[in-house]
Amino acid sequence: MINLVWLVPLIPLLGFVINGLGRNTFSKNLIGFIGSGVIFISFVISIGIFLALGNDPVKSHEIFLFDWISAGSLNIPLSFLIDPLSSIMLLIITGIGFLIHIYSIGYMHYDEGFGKFFSYLNLFIFFMLLLVLGSNYIVMFIGWEGVGLCSYLLIGFWFTNSSYAAAAKKAFVMNRIGDLGFLIAVFLIFTTFGSVEFAKVFPLAGNMLAGNSTIALITLLLFVGACGKSAQIPLFTWLPDAMAGPTPVSALIHAATMVTAGIYMIARSHVLFDLAPVIQHVIAIIGLATAVLGAVIAMTQTDIKKVLAYSTVSQLGYMFLGLGVGAYNGSFFHVITHAFFKALLFLCAGSVIHAMHHEQDMRHMGGLRKKLPVTFITMLIGTIAISGLPPFSGFFSKDEILAHVYEQNKVMWAIAVFTALLTAFYMFRMIFLTFFGKYRGTHHAEEKIHESPSSMTFPLIVLAVLSAAGGAIGIPEALGGHHWLSHWLAPVIPHLAGAEDFATEYMLMAVSVTGVVIAIIVAYFKYVKQHHVPVADEGKRGVLAEVSYNKFYIDEIYDVLITKPLDAISGFFYRVFDKKIVDGIVNGLGWSTSEASKGIRLLQSGNVGFYIFMMVVGIISLLLYTYLSL
Amino acid sequence: MGNITQDLQGVPLNHYIWLSAIIFTIGVIGVLTRRNAIVIFMSVELMLNAVNLLLTAFSVHSNDPSGQVFVFFIMALAAAEVAVGLSIIVMVYRNTQSTDINVLNRLKW
Amino acid sequence: MEQVLLLLIFLPLVAALITAFTGNAAKHVAMVFALASLAIAAAITCQFTPDASKQFVVNLPWIQSLGINFHAGIDGISLITVLLTNVLVPIIILASYRNDYKKPASFFALILFMQAGLLVVFTAMDAFLFYIGWEAALIPIYFICAIWGGKDRVRVNMKFFVYTIGGSLFMLLGIIYLYLQNPAHNFDIQAFYQLSLDPAQQGWIFWSFFIAFAIKMPVFPFHTWQPDTYTEAPAGGTMLLSGIMLKMGIYGVIRWLLPIVPAGVQDWGTTAIVLSIIGIVYASLIAFTQKDAKRLVAYSSIAHVGLISAGIFALNAQGMQGAMIQMLSHGINVVGLFFVLDIIFSRLKTNTISQLGGIAKVAPKLAIAFLIIVLGTVALPGTNGFIGEFLLLMGVYQFNIWAVVFAGLTIIFGAVYMLRMYQHIMLGETNDLTIGFEDIRGSETLVLVIICALIIVLGVYPKPILHLSEASVQQLLEQVNQKLTSVK
Repeated sequence: MINLVWLVPLIPLLGFVINGLGRNTFSKNLIGFIGSGVIFISFVISIGIFLALGNDPVKSHEIFLFDWISAGSLNIPLSFLIDPLSSIMLLIITGIGFLIHIYSIGYMHYDEGFGKFFSYLNLFIFFMLLLVLGSNYIVMFIGWEGVGLCSYLLIGFWFTNSSYAAAAKKAFVMNRIGDLGFLIAVFLIFTTFGSVEFAKVFPLAGNMLAGNSTIALITLLLFVGACGKSAQIPLFTWLPDAMAGPTPVSALIHAATMVTAGIYMIARSHVLFDLAPVIQHVIAIIGLATAVLGAVIAMTQTDIKKVLAYSTVSQLGYMFLGLGVGAYNGSFFHVITHAFFKALLFLCAGSVIHAMHHEQDMRHMGGLRKKLPVTFITMLIGTIAISGLPPFSGFFSKDEILAHVYEQNKVMWAIAVFTALLTAFYMFRMIFLTFFGKYRGTHHAEEKIHESPSSMTFPLIVLAVLSAAGGAIGIPEALGGHHWLSHWLAPVIPHLAGAEDFATEYMLMAVSVTGVVIAIIVAYFKYVKQHHVPVADEGKRGVLAEVSYNKFYIDEIYDVLITKPLDAISGFFYRVFDKKIVDGIVNGLGWSTSEASKGIRLLQSGNVGFYIFMMVVGIISLLLYTYLSL
Repeated sequence: MGNITQDLQGVPLNHYIWLSAIIFTIGVIGVLTRRNAIVIFMSVELMLNAVNLLLTAFSVHSNDPSGQVFVFFIMALAAAEVAVGLSIIVMVYRNTQSTDINVLNRLKW
Repeated sequence: MEQVLLLLIFLPLVAALITAFTGNAAKHVAMVFALASLAIAAAITCQFTPDASKQFVVNLPWIQSLGINFHAGIDGISLITVLLTNVLVPIIILASYRNDYKKPASFFALILFMQAGLLVVFTAMDAFLFYIGWEAALIPIYFICAIWGGKDRVRVNMKFFVYTIGGSLFMLLGIIYLYLQNPAHNFDIQAFYQLSLDPAQQGWIFWSFFIAFAIKMPVFPFHTWQPDTYTEAPAGGTMLLSGIMLKMGIYGVIRWLLPIVPAGVQDWGTTAIVLSIIGIVYASLIAFTQKDAKRLVAYSSIAHVGLISAGIFALNAQGMQGAMIQMLSHGINVVGLFFVLDIIFSRLKTNTISQLGGIAKVAPKLAIAFLIIVLGTVALPGTNGFIGEFLLLMGVYQFNIWAVVFAGLTIIFGAVYMLRMYQHIMLGETNDLTIGFEDIRGSETLVLVIICALIIVLGVYPKPILHLSEASVQQLLEQVNQKLTSVK
């Protein structure tokens, strides 16, 4: 079964080709069937691989396909690695991918680019699978950039809107900044270890001492790559803009899978990161800062997708915080649960948007609870899960990260818990503004609101179940579980035993749960009891709210600090340096030649006698020269 | 025949050289000082023949016939050159009614 | 077998003569000959044994009193450039099918004539022959630009010509010097390889050759002819220039510079790399704000070639192999870009970016092809550009980590200017000008399909191409290193 792994990415690629070629000729039903069908087949194979790996005593299989690049001592095969880590990622990508494909059949039904959309989605799944399956950094990099391409294509899916097209470009370019870091890290890995294969690099790295400066540089550069892909400070601003894409895309790419690639990559390379404690500290700080920043901005956003986008940024920050304190299991656990509940939340938001006929502003929503019962209940489950209330999935993963943070640094822990409170607050703010109170749109629009078709609600229900119960794969010992996930991952990521006693763990849980409950109550009073509605764009806010609403002006700062100066330099280089200096020298040479000839040509008087005289003088002087030099 | 050759060989080489030099100088001075194109042309021929004389003299002196072969070449070429040169001068005269080279100074810049 | 090489070189020449007299049917005749040349190149590739030896060698006496021979042969490095030429020429001819050039017979004959010159350059093993080919390739492009060029063609062409002739003059001096130093008194490349010159002499030779090659590539600061010429030349001319002709410079560095004056390269290679890397950053930055799409692509080409040059001077297997594959990839991609821009120009009579927009909506096929070419140019993994840039950057990295940080900016900057161009030309809402844009058809579709297919195939499975040149590159590097150690 494991040897069939090459089929897993290949089938979605086939789907891309078939749907791509038939996008204008096939019926929508056929396109939807092919698009989702190929992912389903991949999902089934992935389950088979997962089960086979469970029964197999050997936990790491390399499947060689063909030699890709070779030059000198560098040899890069296209080969896949199946181990507990990648097999779980396969399930998540194909499983959630399949649900989102189903959902898209309903969501995109009236879009004229239906065929194009499904072929892009299939292509994305292909590259994402390549990313997690690669047995070396280069194959991972193909997937890494490939998902960036699909992200570009899908953010700019409605490209006739030029701001969407600009958002797509921004996402690609910001990712590219990270990719350069990744690429240089790969070069460093190659020169340090003589290979880019995981199976060769990690054992060699295991023999090195912690604090090695080369390793520190490698990990720092890898982290730069992860920052781009997983939207961490300072490269996070593309993710909120990426909401320009259709909502299923936001759910699949910008919440569940692609943006967690950075975490996957660091978890995969944890051997290297363990050797660089300084960089780990940097990761923890950046992760925490991103978590706080994302949460603070999400507090005041009014676009339902923007709230979720900043929430994603914040949650990704959480995961990096976990990586930074060495809780690879916890972070990976959070990747899984986050994939469940954030995909769910985005799909619910999509359902709301669909029902509201493409209205995304929460200020025009309200009271949708009765009109959209399924969406409401599933979204509520997702919100509880992300807020971290037991026994929903988010509680367990978030708690695991928090526990490890507490072990390392109490101040960070406090900030992280505070962020968790903010998360609960803004998520419930979103629920209350959308589903509670009175409808705030026009009466005419209200009559048209309807629950989404079953192709859309089915994935919601499945994901809601997963969000609610998904925590079961990682119930900690303190709560009587045995943490199946960390045992499963143990061959790849050594199980990090909690040093804290159970009492401390209970205390930590109690603190965060109490805080979250208080945050929810505050949100309830503000938005349900007092019917508070965020003010219009140009309305008055407090200073802090204004700053938060404007996303800390980070886009504007980047524009002033980076874009504008680069454009100015570009203009200077072109108009002054290229045209005046370099071209000036070249043209100057030509000019001086023609000027000199203007002087010399006067000798050409036209007087034959003079010419002959000069000739004779010339000959005589030549004769004299030879005579004298003899 | 033999006698003539011997007689010629009897003339010291220096005489030829001096004669050639004098003819050549006359030619040069003629070219430099005269303004009539035809006279200049004749002076050029004079210079050419001074060289021919010298070539022949050296050829005899060193018993190497190739010098005389050169002279034949030069004479053939000179004939062609005279034909071309004279026809140019004729054309110039037809167009400008003059063979004064100081009038013909338009060929500049 | 040696006849094959003569056939390869002289077929385009004969074809050019025949094509010149075929009037309006010229394009078909030229196409047939170009395909025949491609078939010969393909046959040679099949017969080629991928080792370091020179194969299909022809060595005929030519001007014996000066020690000049018609000495040509093919090794892996030559083969790549020969393939590049013979693949691109039919594509360029096909791309010119749709243009309504006046005097088509002369136009296509000149293209074929140029092909012959290029093939001489890429196979010559005699410096004199190399020089002849080098200059012969210049003549047709001069006429192509001068007769079919844009409004400002006279001034621009003059500049282009003076630049390149000036450069090759230095090279001629270098060749003559080497000839005089050569005890065997011939122009044979093997004899040149064995010369033992002191480092100071090598430094002079280095510069005399490097300036010629740097102008052709072009490397900063010898580049200012290039954007002007690319903008003013007719589309076919621009494709020839950017796709094939600038590879003469790269090939020249590999074949005639590195092995002949390794000590000169050792002394001055760093300067060359620094210039190349400045060129990368500088040209990329300039490309940011270009208003004319053709000019933008011209500057992007300077940036890409800068990376190739840096990779070569890094003197390692990765950089050199990267240069080989990137020569091919860059040729294909840049021809594709200029072709797309020509399609747009021929329909809308403008390449000014701000006047365009929304073309993807009315011409989806063109949008897909253009996107694939753009992605190849920005080196997305899975396209041909990635293989080359990855290996080149790796080569540069082994030279110096800071060099790769700056050279790597091309990864970011390339994405910025290329996607910016794509966005403003293709995406957004249509305007009055672009609303009636007609999607590609006929020969246009064929050309773009071929180019896109090459981009993806080379990106997914580059091994056959890398394999062709591997042994030759390895031998070249060994030769350089050996000579360096013997000098010490």
